[in-house]
Amino acid sequence: MSGDAAPNLFQQQEANRRRTSWLVVGFVLFFAWLGFGGDYIYYLSTAHAPPGAPHHTFPWLGLVLTAVAIGIAWYGYTTGPEKVLWSTGAREVVTPATDQEKVLVNVVEEMAIAAGIPKPRVWIVDDPAPNAFATGIDPQHAHVAVTQGLLDLMSRDELQGVIAHELGHIKNLDVRLMTTLAALVGVVLLIRDGTGRFFWGGGGGSGESGGKGRGKGDLGALAVVLLVIWVLSWLLAPLITQMLAMAVSRKREYLADAMSAQFTRNPGALASALQKIETSDAPATHLKAGAAHLCICDPLDRKLNDHPGGLGDVLASHPPIEMRIIRLRGMGYAQAKGSDGL
Amino acid sequence: MGSWILLILLVAVAFWAVGAYNGLISLKNQTLNAFKQIDVQLKRRHDLIPNLVSSVQGAMNFEKSTLEAVIQARNQAVQVNAGGPDAVKQISQAENALSGALSKLMVVVERYPDLKSTGNVSQLQEELTSTENRISFARQLYNDTATQYNTRQQQFPSSLLAGMARAAPAQLWEIEDQAERAVPQVDLSMKPKA
Repeated sequence: MSGDAAPNLFQQQEANRRRTSWLVVGFVLFFAWLGFGGDYIYYLSTAHAPPGAPHHTFPWLGLVLTAVAIGIAWYGYTTGPEKVLWSTGAREVVTPATDQEKVLVNVVEEMAIAAGIPKPRVWIVDDPAPNAFATGIDPQHAHVAVTQGLLDLMSRDELQGVIAHELGHIKNLDVRLMTTLAALVGVVLLIRDGTGRFFWGGGGGSGESGGKGRGKGDLGALAVVLLVIWVLSWLLAPLITQMLAMAVSRKREYLADAMSAQFTRNPGALASALQKIETSDAPATHLKAGAAHLCICDPLDRKLNDHPGGLGDVLASHPPIEMRIIRLRGMGYAQAKGSDGL
Repeated sequence: MGSWILLILLVAVAFWAVGAYNGLISLKNQTLNAFKQIDVQLKRRHDLIPNLVSSVQGAMNFEKSTLEAVIQARNQAVQVNAGGPDAVKQISQAENALSGALSKLMVVVERYPDLKSTGNVSQLQEELTSTENRISFARQLYNDTATQYNTRQQQFPSSLLAGMARAAPAQLWEIEDQAERAVPQVDLSMKPKA
């Protein structure tokens, strides 16, 4: 069974490295477009101004925005894990104080051995809703966090399944992509809140430059089209980045489930853990939208995730739990049949 | 033109050979490393057992034979382990015997609720569970890595380079002892039938 449950790890890691680079490059390019595009529009609209009026020739907006984007991307990449952990209010378990924490640390160490990676740092989030997530840049600098609700609810075997799922994300470098994405999505969401105010407040300004362009013939038409695209990019950026985050995480959940089964050789435990998470109705208090795509199950409990097909396929951050349980049970069945046959 | 094609082919083959050779070496080292991991965990178990034995000894005077079996198996295992990686077979036999003795002890401990309720014993039990898990996961990783390594050595065309990389099939860690295989069944019979 390890044949189909273990996709080529090296390819997976490579793909994640590559996608992280693309993500960062795309982020910077997007900001460069916002900046230089704005400069160009401004340049077009002032090109035919009378000699005495101000001409926009130096692209300071583009340079500044690109520099800022590079700074943000670098900052997000290097401090992403800290920021994610900080945003959930997780506390690190250094020396386990209770039996429960001791079991958690033991299970993490066991699964790190099974996965063949260094033991990640262990964190607990004081959230009654059962959930878990992993973050980090690579297996040498990784973190696993579980909620108090998960610790209270799961048996040792189920906890093993969940931790193995998270270590799967760490081992195939999903965490690098997901954490960078979380950091960048966070920035874009902040900017949305900021620019929302700017656009609704300063709408008169952009209307004015559009009106100017219309009077100037061909160049003006180009400026108007550019302006529309430019404004749309500002407005759609948050939506696009969020959809990206969702799409990127959905496929990965099945893969991490399969890796969990490979590490524990006990897919049934993760299936029953998912079942417990599904039926638990404790509300998530600490895990917010920004980190949703990192978690083992969507903390926001969106109805979109519950149905295969349709809108859920585009917007949900996680595949329906039912589907994941069915697949895991299938693996368990194949395993049982295989060992009977021997 | 023809010589160019030949050159390109040669370069391609050279690239492949270097890649395949390095892949074999990396798998070889991974296998060795995975073996070391089992060693580390076995050591942990050997260190844990005296603690466990001394904390249950007082309450279990009349179960002396079980305890002695554990101690004996442990000492035997420590001795064999000094043999290093070449003695995989002996080590796995000794460790399997130890696993059997330990799980018998755990079954006995289950029969003494007073003993179990002592904080120390329940903590040691968790430690032991975890250690047993670590050992079996370390073995699993070793077996998976070794299988990958062995497969790579035998598969064509990387098998052509196996000799050059001094790759020899790694022994898998197997459960040899029939009694050891039977242990889980003994364990099951202790529990009331559901």
